[in-house]
Amino acid sequence: MSDNLTISVGRRGLFAGRTWHLHVLSLLCVLLIGFPLLYAVLVATQTNAEVFAFRLTPGSSLGEHFHKVWVERGIGRAMWNSVVMATLVTVAKTVLSMAAGLAFVYFRFRGKSLVFFGVLITLMMPTEVMILALFRVTSDLGMTDSLWALVVPFAASATSVFLFRQHFMSLPAELPEAAQLDGAGPFQFCFRILLPLSWNTIGALAVVSFTYAWNMYLWPVLVISDASGQVVQQSLSALRATDQAISYGPLMLGALLASVPPLLVFLALQKPFMSGMAISDK
Amino acid sequence: MLLILTVLATALVAVVASRGRLHPLVGGAVGLAGALATSWFFAGCALGGDVIGENTGVQRVLAVAAVLTVGAGLARTVAAVRAGGGTAGDGLLTELRSGMFRTRSWLPWLLLAPTLLVLAVFLYHPAFQTFALSTKLARMGAPRSADVCLSNFAELLVPSPYLVAGLPLAAVALVAGLTLWRARTTAGTGSHTVAAALAPLGPIAVVVALYFVFAPGRTGYRGVYVATVGISLGIVALSMAAGLALAYLVARRFRGASVYRTLLIWPYAVSPPVAGILFFMMFDPTAGVMAHLADVVGLDFPSYRSDGVLAQAAIVLAASWKWVGHNILFYVAALQTVPREIIEAAAIDGAGQWRRFARIVVPSIAPVTFFLLVTNLTYAFFDVYGTIDYLTRGGPSGQTTVAIYEIIRVGVGTGDLGRGAAQSAILFIAVIGLTVWQFRRSEGRITYGGGA
Repeated sequence: MSDNLTISVGRRGLFAGRTWHLHVLSLLCVLLIGFPLLYAVLVATQTNAEVFAFRLTPGSSLGEHFHKVWVERGIGRAMWNSVVMATLVTVAKTVLSMAAGLAFVYFRFRGKSLVFFGVLITLMMPTEVMILALFRVTSDLGMTDSLWALVVPFAASATSVFLFRQHFMSLPAELPEAAQLDGAGPFQFCFRILLPLSWNTIGALAVVSFTYAWNMYLWPVLVISDASGQVVQQSLSALRATDQAISYGPLMLGALLASVPPLLVFLALQKPFMSGMAISDK
Repeated sequence: MLLILTVLATALVAVVASRGRLHPLVGGAVGLAGALATSWFFAGCALGGDVIGENTGVQRVLAVAAVLTVGAGLARTVAAVRAGGGTAGDGLLTELRSGMFRTRSWLPWLLLAPTLLVLAVFLYHPAFQTFALSTKLARMGAPRSADVCLSNFAELLVPSPYLVAGLPLAAVALVAGLTLWRARTTAGTGSHTVAAALAPLGPIAVVVALYFVFAPGRTGYRGVYVATVGISLGIVALSMAAGLALAYLVARRFRGASVYRTLLIWPYAVSPPVAGILFFMMFDPTAGVMAHLADVVGLDFPSYRSDGVLAQAAIVLAASWKWVGHNILFYVAALQTVPREIIEAAAIDGAGQWRRFARIVVPSIAPVTFFLLVTNLTYAFFDVYGTIDYLTRGGPSGQTTVAIYEIIRVGVGTGDLGRGAAQSAILFIAVIGLTVWQFRRSEGRITYGGGA
């Protein structure tokens, strides 16, 4: 019934076309986008000889490659470092930005517009553009080669502050009044009322910040030189550089392993991510 | 010299400020303060006479330009903030809410303190440090540094002060002229159409002018500039066009559409280094699938590792693949707000699929396109570092060495912090320019970046 309706409206609307056409086209696009990953999965199971012979069937070296990548090259340890780092960045960013959003929306204080402008301006200051000076500042603070250097500089971000601010502004204005009439303080208001209404925003932010932190490459390369403290994006270079000839299988397996956690977070938080991003686009 | 310049700067700044409904004197004072701060910080040596290094004329021109720009920009910003319009954020600051907590005045500051502290230490401070370092001879790991005036900048540019000053000025004048012409003519008239058609000439003129301003040759910056512009524009064009096409496909309401959306968006979660590795494998000249496919068809697969243009194309492909999901996401959201009635009306009037897309869909999602343009450029400037490092390492012969890659090569690789910082400052100015342009075009609407 509803399918019928869609088609009859769709014929004339923006979304004209037959559905089986759409399915075929979409499937083709999905395969095209997925191709690099599928190919990597195939290569990850093959020996170099099989890669060169271009076999389309999976090889049997997956276990061997896994041992090499996970244990010998220390990807396991690097993955753990990345998990800790990305989780800390995500949590810190969420807490700090929510607190800042709270201050901007639900409090009146002197110099608010000035402070807001100061945060706004940082939108045009990407970390990468000042990375040499940032490195100097971090090493002056004695933070290089530690988890601090990977987490603290990214604990605050203007974009997430604005995301929370926008979300709070979209909530009914009567909420804080009602809470105050009931005798609730700002903190009770935050935890009892605001938090349950903010899960979509938090979810969207979690996907963005976790992916951002997990995918950081340039900054860890600069500040982490100690092998035991490396994050996974750095340690991948060991898979390519150490052998005289590249072993393609382990390299692909490493790349795949390094993509699993952010993909899992993306899939798990997909619903809030999609709706949180759509809201913020206004 | 300094006196003439000060008078000039004050006059300019006063004029700029008065356009923003601020008292010219206030604007002049603010602008002057900004200009003086810049010359103290940046250009003191070049204006005072004891210019260091070669290209003294270029250094003087740079100093004048820096002082004027900062002064006028600051005055303009203050004027816009005062006037309560123009700059982003003002409209948002109007207090719409009645229910606010007013109990303790220190509480909001406590809530803001961690954010402000991190921003001050790890963003504002390094930002100023970048400009401070750019006038120094400083080495990685060495605590001391020496002043070298603006020679770190001057050696990136052609030695002629006339070119360095003249070309950008001419380009800016062209942009301003075209904008003014477009604003003066009424919409619908012939000259308006001509003006609108010529409008893209402005940005193109700026890009071309900068090409001639940067010094050629292996030590010059022109190669980096060309690689940066080429690769960035390639990524922006490909990932936005593909993003729009794919979004147009799956924004429709049909069974399974949301599954397709997820299956198209997921590369967003893949890291730039991993994108580099995956395409490194696919395009491997001997083992990769592309070489095998070419072999099957009987073609000779050219190696991107020796051909600069192919290497750039490989970077563009890999980086766009990783980023297309981001664009799909925003385009799907935008496409779903396109009013169906208008499209249906156009369909009844006999407009074909393509016409409807070009005449109705594309214009109505233009704000999102514009927003994406800037986020895509930022992505293309910075996040390609990992992709490049794993795919081409900046080669062959520097043809994929983009600005950020060169900054790291110079600043960390050779340990020359001052030169690296000078290049950072150039990139910084480009980013500020882009952001200001975005703010002014989108008239104060805050959009969400999805980056940091």
